[in-house]
Amino acid sequence: MGFSILNELPKLVWLLIAVATFLGVIGGLLFFIDRGPKSKHEWWQAALFLGPAVILLLLGLVYPAFRTGLLSFSDGTGQNWVGLRNYVWMFSQPEILTVLRNTLLWVIFAPVLATATGLMYAILVDRKRFESIAKSLIFMPMAISFVGASIIWRFVYAYRPPEGDQIGLLNQLIVWMGGEPQLWLLNAPLNTLLLIVVLIWVQAGFAMVVLSAAIKAIPDEIVEAARIDGTNAWQQFWRITLPTVWPTLTVVLITISVQTLKVFDIVRTMTGGQYNTSVIANEMYAQAFRYGELGQGSTLAVFLFVLVVPLVIVQMRTNRRVREQG
Amino acid sequence: MSQQTQTPPTAPAAAPKPRVSRETSAARVRKRLSSSTATLAAIVIAALWTLPTAGLFISSFRPERELKTTGWWTFFSDPQVTLANYRDVLFGTASQGQLATYFVNSFVITLPATVFVVVLAALAAYALAWVNFPGRDWLFLGIFALQIVPLQMSLVPLLRFFSQGVTIAGIQLMPAWDLQGALAFTNVWVAHTIFGLPLGIFLLHNFISQLPRSLFEAARVDGAGHGVIFRRLVVPLIVPALVSLGIFQFLWVWNDLLVALIFAGGSAETAPLTVRLAEMAGTRGDEWQRLTAGAFVSIVVPLIVFFSLQRYFVRGLLAGSVKG
Repeated sequence: MGFSILNELPKLVWLLIAVATFLGVIGGLLFFIDRGPKSKHEWWQAALFLGPAVILLLLGLVYPAFRTGLLSFSDGTGQNWVGLRNYVWMFSQPEILTVLRNTLLWVIFAPVLATATGLMYAILVDRKRFESIAKSLIFMPMAISFVGASIIWRFVYAYRPPEGDQIGLLNQLIVWMGGEPQLWLLNAPLNTLLLIVVLIWVQAGFAMVVLSAAIKAIPDEIVEAARIDGTNAWQQFWRITLPTVWPTLTVVLITISVQTLKVFDIVRTMTGGQYNTSVIANEMYAQAFRYGELGQGSTLAVFLFVLVVPLVIVQMRTNRRVREQG
Repeated sequence: MSQQTQTPPTAPAAAPKPRVSRETSAARVRKRLSSSTATLAAIVIAALWTLPTAGLFISSFRPERELKTTGWWTFFSDPQVTLANYRDVLFGTASQGQLATYFVNSFVITLPATVFVVVLAALAAYALAWVNFPGRDWLFLGIFALQIVPLQMSLVPLLRFFSQGVTIAGIQLMPAWDLQGALAFTNVWVAHTIFGLPLGIFLLHNFISQLPRSLFEAARVDGAGHGVIFRRLVVPLIVPALVSLGIFQFLWVWNDLLVALIFAGGSAETAPLTVRLAEMAGTRGDEWQRLTAGAFVSIVVPLIVFFSLQRYFVRGLLAGSVKG
């Protein structure tokens, strides 16, 4: 069966109907907002403006989050209470301990390396002739899906037996240097590090753009004063650039850390979580939706939540400080 | 991005030599480091970041036999170009990928999920900023806090809503959806809309709450209600913010795998490109003639959006639009 536009027509029709209906309802809403009862507290207006979003959030995020919390204390079917058994399971099962170790590796390496690369590159190309093109090159992976990025990097890691030509860039480089081609994605824990490379590749652009803006905001007087005092490049980096962009750097680090904790697409596309590469988000999906273990899946989700909360709180506080300074 | 690279303001009196005052600390660090080393380092990083994509792109145009037996770098000594990979992967049989169908699905999923979020977030953000009702600040704080919740926390129960309906205290508030065929897209739309709202409301609230109060007071004096003010006054003023949010939501939904896997399933009926590609990478991981072309089919739309609207993208990024 080939592709036929006729098969796709119902989808496009439903798309049009849905969007038109939605916009119609919103239009009606705006019409009735100004025709409600007049009162000091604008209850009527607030309800119409906020109603749709609040109902969606209550049904889709608030209630489910509590429900997942409860499910983490129940068995696979979600029917019977098992107390803390899932939490004990999480910290005692060898496979899950590997998952936790991998997640730790991700959080240790990905944010720091992505941010460091981004910062270095931002400084290197700052005010160069080709700055905007040079930045676009690093930034481009941000637009690519993790799935696309994973396929790109799987191709880099591709393996062919040593008798024939290599098709993957990494193995070819090894061969050129006189080494043996490797099945990179099979050997733990190196394979996890190679998956981390993909995330660094995607996130460095984000770090670079945000830090570049911060670097450009450093006042000239400070730089000038330092120059008159006879500082060298390293001193300037450590004593001026780094301290000035530090709040921004923290925000970038934490933002990438949160992304890293939730990484799912890369692991799933590169290895499917096999060969000891699974991480919390991937294991959560596998437990809840492949094995039907709702309790264990929910426990992993709750653990993810617990890990993310302190990071986000620090981020919000730093963010506010950055804004107040700016 | 060139719009972002403005020269920082210089104090006119304190800058006797304009040539010097234009230098930033970064520029100085760069200059003091041996300039050639710095350039080399920049080129190495740029190459590392570009080569993997370039290799995949070149490979997608190489004939299957060449692609599977020689490296893409041999293309330069022995250029052979074919469009067969794209033809097969887009319009071939189901086992070859049939990505054209999934491309339509991606489009059908992404467009409404973007429109819904932008419109609903704008309405909510306006009310949270300018409509006067008790408890407003608490509600804003609550929505703000929801950004913390990883979407993993809501996947299982939300999927249950769609399959079993909503029952609270024994009363069926909403029947099971059990939608078939094209209607099944509704599940993904709703899921993506919900997950996009907290960040969307937060971003637009930042923007809308900074509009001058006098604007609203003048309109109220003229007898305009909130509906009119929102439509005629606020929406035209926040178009750049709406575009920023729209781009982010678009890229996020188009590139998403997790939500689609759970709420759209894996069938050709509703699954988007990402789901199909991940599946192909898993089951046909060595069919590089399909994976390379397929990856580019999925990448091309975000790249177009990204490069044509890069200015808004960067602005949104600096305003904090990264899903936590």
